[in-house]
Amino acid sequence: MSDVLTHRAPETVSAPYILADAASMVGRSVRLSRRNIEVLLVSLMLPVILMLMFVYLFGGAIDTGTAYVSYVVPGVLVLCAGFGSASTAISVSQDMHNGIMDRFRSMDVSGAAVLSGHVVASVIRNAASTVLVFGIAFLIGFRSNADLLGWIAAAGILLLFILAISWLAALVGVLARSPEAANGFTFFLMFLPYASSAFVPIDTMPSWLQGFSAHQPVTPVIESVRGLLAGTTVGSAPWVALAWSAGSLLVSVLLSAVAFRRRTS
Amino acid sequence: MSAMAIAATGLTKSYGGVRVLDGVDLSVPAGSVFALLGPNGAGKTTMVRILATLLRPDAGTARVAGFDIVHDRHRVRRSISLTGQDVAVDDLQTGQENLQMMGRLSGLSRARSRLRADQLLERFDLVDAARRRVSTYSGGMRRRLDLAAGLVGQPAVIFLDEPTTGLDPRSRQDMWQVISELVRTGVSVLLTTQYLEEADALADTIAVINGGAIVALGAPAALKKQVADQRLELTMVDQAAFGRVRNDLGARVLTAEEASVTVSVATDGSAGHVRRLLDELDPTWQLVGHFAVHEATLDDVFLALTGRRATAAETAKEPSHV
Repeated sequence: MSDVLTHRAPETVSAPYILADAASMVGRSVRLSRRNIEVLLVSLMLPVILMLMFVYLFGGAIDTGTAYVSYVVPGVLVLCAGFGSASTAISVSQDMHNGIMDRFRSMDVSGAAVLSGHVVASVIRNAASTVLVFGIAFLIGFRSNADLLGWIAAAGILLLFILAISWLAALVGVLARSPEAANGFTFFLMFLPYASSAFVPIDTMPSWLQGFSAHQPVTPVIESVRGLLAGTTVGSAPWVALAWSAGSLLVSVLLSAVAFRRRTS
Repeated sequence: MSAMAIAATGLTKSYGGVRVLDGVDLSVPAGSVFALLGPNGAGKTTMVRILATLLRPDAGTARVAGFDIVHDRHRVRRSISLTGQDVAVDDLQTGQENLQMMGRLSGLSRARSRLRADQLLERFDLVDAARRRVSTYSGGMRRRLDLAAGLVGQPAVIFLDEPTTGLDPRSRQDMWQVISELVRTGVSVLLTTQYLEEADALADTIAVINGGAIVALGAPAALKKQVADQRLELTMVDQAAFGRVRNDLGARVLTAEEASVTVSVATDGSAGHVRRLLDELDPTWQLVGHFAVHEATLDDVFLALTGRRATAAETAKEPSHV
């Protein structure tokens, strides 16, 4: 018994390795999201349901010049990254308002490790739902003319976008005063894709909205993924998409570090 | 490590102009148990959070396990564990997974983490529940797991913030048992509590904290000598009897409640003393309806030390003998 409880001398304590801590945190967050039925449903089922809804309910009325399923898949993925980010913001916020953050901090686990655990789990959830959406999309008529390089480029752009939006969600989770507030913050993220080329071509929108829709950050992501998968010319869209995602990622990482320090001292 | 597990001088902290800690000095010798006893809002949790490096003091300094809590906080963190008022384990992980995770975060290898988790589950009587999610645990089991989670890294100094608040009497007893065994292994413990009985059972030294300042400090026996050890509570037959006995007692009255016509007075709890008091106050056997002897409560300590009742403190106790 005494062996179980006795303390060890401080000098035998190994230095904390932020990467090892982050790996433990990733394991934790993945395990927690796997067991949270609501999060699982939102991140896996909702994208598929939305895609089916758009293709079969609205698709017939929308003329995009191609099979609507091929048009809408990038939009569905981006929309669902927004939904997924809500779960991420909520779980970060729950940690922030729970004794567990005190425990982690008193164990010298850094905020960066805790947040990256949430972010990586979020990326994994989104990647899984992306694969699922593509699988179902192929079954209902999605076709791609892209070569391997095109697929890799599209996947890279999507991945960076998902990473960026997940860190943004983590930042929201750190800043929010409650998990409910965190949920509210991410609401607008879910609406951004509607005012983009995700579901309908921008030239069908009223002219006052077109300027915003063409230049907001999700449009280049959707345009490049759609173009790359269709095998058509994409112009500068991929570079604009990468710049938006990388810039937003950088800002979110820096701000969340600052916010974490302020919220926890 | 120095001979002092914790040494603090002049710790001060304010929130929005309200002074929560007002220059608190405190020293805890290595291998001892120190209890911070006080009501809600007395500054106990703030004190623990500062010493555990989660909050920076506005003024004052402290060393924990020999390291400065501000400048050397990373080394402090590697020497301590904090078990707070909120249970800090994941509901959606099993008991075993929670402990293994804490092991990994404490820098143990995967194999060593598994071993530690198994040892602690065994030690805290959670083997049967090891593979169940924590959401299925009872309150007492969650607290035990929470305490176990704090011990994974084998800390030298342990902070327990109200470890038994909200537990039923049976689970509280279990918790006391675990904490006393922990202490025998030589770690240093700082615990906060609202219960005098708890501080008395566990601590070598008690500091009574109120309004952000320590109002009394000493060994439990010495401290209790400053207040009534026990309290004889007399329920009178009517208002007239109540008024008369209260007058007769004068300054000896500890508490008097007109609505319930009860008066209480200090006693050592012996039959002789109780009998003498009753004879003195009610020689004709007509004034006192009922009596009960109570252990001194935190409220009594407060009354004696500060001249006023503790606010929002938990003080209800069962009569020890009637």
